[in-house]
Amino acid sequence: MRLHIKNVSHSYDQVEALRDIDFGIEPGEVVALIGPSGCGKSTLLSIIGGLLKPTGGEVLMCDQAKPEGCLNPLTYVFQDFALLPWRTVAGNISLVLEDHALAKSERDDRIAEVLAQTNLSDFADAYPKQLSGGMKQRVGIARALAVRPAVLLMDEPLSALDAQTRILLLDEFSDMFARTGMTAVYVTHNLNEAVRLAHKVVALRRRPGTIKEIHAIDVPIKDRVEGMPELIAHEQALWALIRDEAIAADKELDHVA
Amino acid sequence: MSRDVEQGAPASLVRFRATGFNPKSNPVAAWASFVVVIALWQLGSSTGFISELAMPSPVAVAKALWQLIVSGDLWLHLGASLQRLVGGWIMGTVAGLVVGFLVGMFTWARSPGVALVSALFPIPKIALLPLFIIWFGIGEPSKFATIAFGVFFPTVINTFGGVDNVQRNLIRMGQSFDLPMWSVVRKIILPGALPTILSGFRISSSIAIILLIAAEMIGAQYGIGALILAAGNLYQTDQLIAGVVVLSLMGLCVSWLLGRLDRWLLGWR
Repeated sequence: MRLHIKNVSHSYDQVEALRDIDFGIEPGEVVALIGPSGCGKSTLLSIIGGLLKPTGGEVLMCDQAKPEGCLNPLTYVFQDFALLPWRTVAGNISLVLEDHALAKSERDDRIAEVLAQTNLSDFADAYPKQLSGGMKQRVGIARALAVRPAVLLMDEPLSALDAQTRILLLDEFSDMFARTGMTAVYVTHNLNEAVRLAHKVVALRRRPGTIKEIHAIDVPIKDRVEGMPELIAHEQALWALIRDEAIAADKELDHVA
Repeated sequence: MSRDVEQGAPASLVRFRATGFNPKSNPVAAWASFVVVIALWQLGSSTGFISELAMPSPVAVAKALWQLIVSGDLWLHLGASLQRLVGGWIMGTVAGLVVGFLVGMFTWARSPGVALVSALFPIPKIALLPLFIIWFGIGEPSKFATIAFGVFFPTVINTFGGVDNVQRNLIRMGQSFDLPMWSVVRKIILPGALPTILSGFRISSSIAIILLIAAEMIGAQYGIGALILAAGNLYQTDQLIAGVVVLSLMGLCVSWLLGRLDRWLLGWR
């Protein structure tokens, strides 16, 4: 599915958060949104996902091409997992399938399939409180995959995790994108995650959030490994792009605190 | 190695400072406290320190209670009270849940709902019993109405508080997967609000028992409140205290039932 983020603007009361954001997302493309704190990355993702109505512009699905069995074209993966603590792992995945016209056997098959994909098959009956942060995020991914989305919208999915789990999950995401050719929008503060996973990185300015640069990374995702010189060069280029604004944002946050 | 570290100035032990502020429950001590209080009470009565007229001994209360059981009077009074308690509590709870959910979920219901509840909640509900008697008569409906009215407000407050406390990101998650509104309510908001709603049940059931007794003291032939009032009028303090003991046991049973409900519905915690 091709998406067009067309002249999107958004204001919260008197604060202009985004101004005239315009770019396209091609099928099979992973797009990272980066920028300093307060530049409107998560706001933009909420608008793309239909969870926030923009005050200007629109988001267009330019074709109806969806994966077979797609139940929810634009599907979120949340930073804080958003798992229901009163449901098991399988129950959390089942939640997003229950209101669709699926036979119980098909629903069970989908749950088993995504549990296997995310290495959670042995934890189907566990409750979220029994899982580590990394496992919880795997459940979030499994839940999103269960509806076979056309576009995966990931809002800082690794930021709530410890450094080691982050490395492990980053490898898993990279493998998933390389293997499935899935379309995704990935919001992150972490430039390393952006250069490991994205085909193109949209760098935003702050106050109001506008596009500073769309930075393409032409190394195939499957060939990318940690510490690769090309990726380091891309990371440095992106840091040079947003460094001054990141410092300004940091000072402003210090001032507010 | 450790010996090397200890060389030089004389070592002193790091004092443990994190004592207290960590109370633990002890069922044996809980039961023992009952035994001690009853034993002291009996001792006071036996030695004449406590007047039998003002406060009958535990043995006298037990005899009065036994008499009520074998004569069948207790079941008559208890049956009438339970009918009023359960009926009034269910009416108030159902209405409170409906209004609480509306106030918790809809902007159009929020402001008028909160204003009305805030204005009416502090009124002592027993003060409205004469009004309910004028409206519904001296019979059962006025007693049901008093209990229901008293139960309604804490249920509304806890329900909309519970709905407010449901994590917004869980609701957004449901919406992001295009769950229908009814599914968001049934599968996310209701279970998320349930812990607060159930704590509200504890408060509302206590209020219901208080209002039950007050209502039964006005124009009721049967009921634990009527039994206590009649015993007081006749200076039958043994029967009066027996009635109070039954009330205490009723409260314990309600608390136990709510505890079971809590474990059944909130086992995931």
